[in-house]
Amino acid sequence: MSEHFRLSGATGRAVRFVFDGVTYQGREGDTLASALLANGVHLIGRSYKYHRPRGMLTAGAEEPNALVAVERGRGRMTPNLRATQIELYDGLVATSQNRWPSLAFDVGVINDVAGKFYSAGFYYKTFMGPKFAGTALWTRVFEPIVRYAAGLGARPTDPDPDRYAQFYAHCDVLVCGAGPAGLAAALAAARSGKDVILCDEQSEPGGSLLHETTATIDGRPARVWAEEGLAELKAAANVRVMARTQAFGWYAQNFVALSERVADHLAELPRGARERLWQVRAKRVVIATGAIERPIVFPGNDRPGVMLAEAGRIYLNRFGVKVGSRVVVVTAHDSAYRVALDLAAAGVTVAAIADVRSMPLRARMQEAEAAGIRVISSATVTGTKGRRRVSGVGIAQVGGDVVGGTDWIACDCLLMSGGWTPSVHLYSQSRGKVVWHEDRQMFLPGASVQDERSAGACRGSFTLEAALSEGDRAGAEAAGIETARPSFAITGEAGTEGGVLGRLPRRPGAKGKAFVDFQNDVKADDIELAVQEGMRSIEHVKRYTTTGMATDQGKTSNLNALAIAAGKLGRSIPQVGLTTFRQPYTPVTFGAFAGANRGDLFDPVRQTPIHSWAEENGAAFEDVGLWKRAWYFPKPGEDMHRAVLRECRQTRATAGIFDASTLGKIEVVGPDAAVFMEKLYTNPWAKLEPGRCRYGLMLNEAGFVMDDGVIARMADDRFHVTTTTGGAPRVLHHMEDYLQTEFPDLRVWLTSTTEQWAVIAVQGPKAREIVAPLVAGFDISKEAMPHMSIREGTVCGVPARVMRVSFTGELGFEINVPADHGRAVWEAVWAEGRKVDAVAYGTEAMHVMRAEKGYIIVGQETDGTVTPADLGLNWAVGKAKKDFVGKRSLVRPDMIVDGRKQLVGLLTEDPAIVLEEGAQITATAAPAAGTRALGHVTSSYASPALGRSIALAMVAGGRDRSGERLYVPMPGGAIAVTIVDPVFVDPKGERLDV
Amino acid sequence: MLLIHCPYCEMDRPELEFRYGGEAHIARPADPMATSDETWAEHLYFRSNPRGLHAERWRHISGCGRFFNCLRDTVSDRIVTTYKAGEARPEIDRGAA
Repeated sequence: MSEHFRLSGATGRAVRFVFDGVTYQGREGDTLASALLANGVHLIGRSYKYHRPRGMLTAGAEEPNALVAVERGRGRMTPNLRATQIELYDGLVATSQNRWPSLAFDVGVINDVAGKFYSAGFYYKTFMGPKFAGTALWTRVFEPIVRYAAGLGARPTDPDPDRYAQFYAHCDVLVCGAGPAGLAAALAAARSGKDVILCDEQSEPGGSLLHETTATIDGRPARVWAEEGLAELKAAANVRVMARTQAFGWYAQNFVALSERVADHLAELPRGARERLWQVRAKRVVIATGAIERPIVFPGNDRPGVMLAEAGRIYLNRFGVKVGSRVVVVTAHDSAYRVALDLAAAGVTVAAIADVRSMPLRARMQEAEAAGIRVISSATVTGTKGRRRVSGVGIAQVGGDVVGGTDWIACDCLLMSGGWTPSVHLYSQSRGKVVWHEDRQMFLPGASVQDERSAGACRGSFTLEAALSEGDRAGAEAAGIETARPSFAITGEAGTEGGVLGRLPRRPGAKGKAFVDFQNDVKADDIELAVQEGMRSIEHVKRYTTTGMATDQGKTSNLNALAIAAGKLGRSIPQVGLTTFRQPYTPVTFGAFAGANRGDLFDPVRQTPIHSWAEENGAAFEDVGLWKRAWYFPKPGEDMHRAVLRECRQTRATAGIFDASTLGKIEVVGPDAAVFMEKLYTNPWAKLEPGRCRYGLMLNEAGFVMDDGVIARMADDRFHVTTTTGGAPRVLHHMEDYLQTEFPDLRVWLTSTTEQWAVIAVQGPKAREIVAPLVAGFDISKEAMPHMSIREGTVCGVPARVMRVSFTGELGFEINVPADHGRAVWEAVWAEGRKVDAVAYGTEAMHVMRAEKGYIIVGQETDGTVTPADLGLNWAVGKAKKDFVGKRSLVRPDMIVDGRKQLVGLLTEDPAIVLEEGAQITATAAPAAGTRALGHVTSSYASPALGRSIALAMVAGGRDRSGERLYVPMPGGAIAVTIVDPVFVDPKGERLDV
Repeated sequence: MLLIHCPYCEMDRPELEFRYGGEAHIARPADPMATSDETWAEHLYFRSNPRGLHAERWRHISGCGRFFNCLRDTVSDRIVTTYKAGEARPEIDRGAA
């Protein structure tokens, strides 16, 4: 097959492409749709639900039917592309979708025959139905089949190898759409010297002027006028003309998102980005997005070969492609007459123009008849024939309410025009309210909410003269020009009047599927059924039938659906409502949104200064927030359990060394530092002496524990605050909030020092032996440096803050040194540690050892509803303090009520069982359904120190239940547990006092 | 994305640099312990949630770090004005936005 439907004398380099395994020839400048049509191929897909054969309906972005997948190598398969927008290149490979085994013979067509089961509300009635839902037959047999048969293209399975770029841009005037109105607007604004961006979704700016062969503007052919205007814009330094760029979303304050296709039309992929996402902040926006032609609703309006009328003209005049050899035009709008005339002039037989209006414009009829085209007025369509391509159309005349006899007219293409729907999408996204114009039967933009102006067909101005002057004025206004504006002299324009909404008249009881939403396979009957079943608002009709909910968002269907629903309800269109226009206007790739934020760049990774040492020493890492933390250090042959067992035992036997650098650190400084700390933490700070540390507990104003950590007083006016690893930014924000807004008179300054200090914890009975040789400038003996104290001096010659603290229950030191020295000091500590057989331990052993001591972890034992009293931490609350954040809330009735969940220890009766964290706790082994749990397990480990499992839990009234036997019901049966004190190891703290 | 004027930096900056901070002008009682349970619960949990102009706190967290206040229309999402923490809510007709 070779371009039998191409006009003779077509220029353009020939290119070869493959569709469904067949090689065809097309021309440079073609879309996949135009190239297939040049080869007489209309059948391009199967419909979503009924698997009906479908062809190109349109020639543009609004296409609902012609969705294909384009493949160009591994990872470069893009499904659901509109063939009407895919630019042809040499070697393009495209495949149809939603058919099996082949496009011509598709098993799924059974859905068409069984169509009555797929009526409106099918999804609700079937998927939610009590008879089927959840049964094995449904979940294993029917649902997979239905889901497989009803769907769009397959998703690619390989990672996307392409790059996607993101840009911000600022301009004085953004013009969306480069048709006549947009071009005129951009020219007017550009001539003022303002910064202008003109974007258009097509490969070539020009819009309707690209296929206008009859009209002239100021004495020049329209296309020439467009070319000259574009040349001027492209030459101007203050203008950026962007083709292949869809303005897809409007956000607050004239923030408009554009998606630019950079590479998809090129045979050779360039080295740069495939697409660019532009985030444009424009002072003013001119919306010149045109209008979309409406299909007419009649039985069989979805067969391949049934197309929108103007599409026939676009394929002819822009691509040199005849959409058929024998065409019938069904129209309610004058513009389709020009289509018929152009086709006839190109040698296509136009068998008839069936005008649904009783009185078509006299001048139009005369023009048609002069070209030898028969015009049938008061027409309706009773049906179409043909399986994979339309072969005939049944036309009847309507007199009053009576539909006359059908006259079958043979054709291989049926062009329809129900009129034009202004594209108010961007205006609506800008939060403008569209207004229904009853006389014109259309929604048009109302008042501007943002700095925008609509111009041309998108505000219902269909004549070329109106589009040009409105565009010109909108552009001038946006640029702040107040001079008188020129007028435009137009000749040879196509008609601009007419239109029909809803389904055409039919005989009572007439059958046949009349489609409204082609992509989601929603018929006029479905919408009427939805109304009959009680849907009143278009929002309900939409969700019940799924009309307008496909990837095309109902660009060609919404108004017909609305009119049918309104007709059935006997209400006006505005009473039934209009569904929301949502971003994006056309689908945008995930790649464009992700940009560079993928793989390693998706999330920053935070590493401690000691990370490389841990890596070299075989650490397994765990993610804690953005941090990578050494989890455990397995020796050859060790699994996690064995490694942790060894790390814990050795730490308690001699010593363990732990990288605690991720701890949040905040320096609180100023004359009022102590006053501020008194306000922000539950504990008293005023009398804490410099050189001493205290466990600090932070509440939110509602009285719930929000963070904790050891806090050292460095001087009267200086605190070294530590926070939980994940809590640091939250705590600093909380502190800043109170400092700036509640206590602004306090002279305090807060500085995050988390990344400035590397922290090396040395824990275990031999800790002092390890640290002592490295320290200079202070004495770390038991007498000189008691538990919970801090000293400044040097460690390995580096300035250091050394705290005597413990999160294991053993003698412990935490060495803070500047981050740059972290690894060197760690290695020195490690060398000393080796002399006493110390281990390096990771976060898992840290968790186990702290749980053995009953030390809580905020976010593990707590969940935002836990008070200090619940945790048994009332000793950390300064009773004598007049006020601190959260204090008042601690005496609210609900906070002091009996039966709150309290922290307890749990021992399983079978010491080998390690409970699951998060498991619920009940009073009986087999509680009745609906029983409230008494609490839940918060931490659970195999304890090396006890040689058995231990757990921490929050249990209602837990501290009064000591010794009580409770149960943890699990799928394998309830596990019996006994409530014990949460401190499992060294309850008297003797090991700290060495 | 909103463009927000930071009254301290005196610049319009993208929303990404800011963090929302809830309703403004909710003063913490000078002596919380002297308040009744009802008054305290009101302070903690009850907010005006208006349809229209809303005085709210924002923080220029990825900029100067300062908290400030903002009048925003909750229907149109339009920011009418921003002002420094501690300043009185500007007298702007609630219908004007």
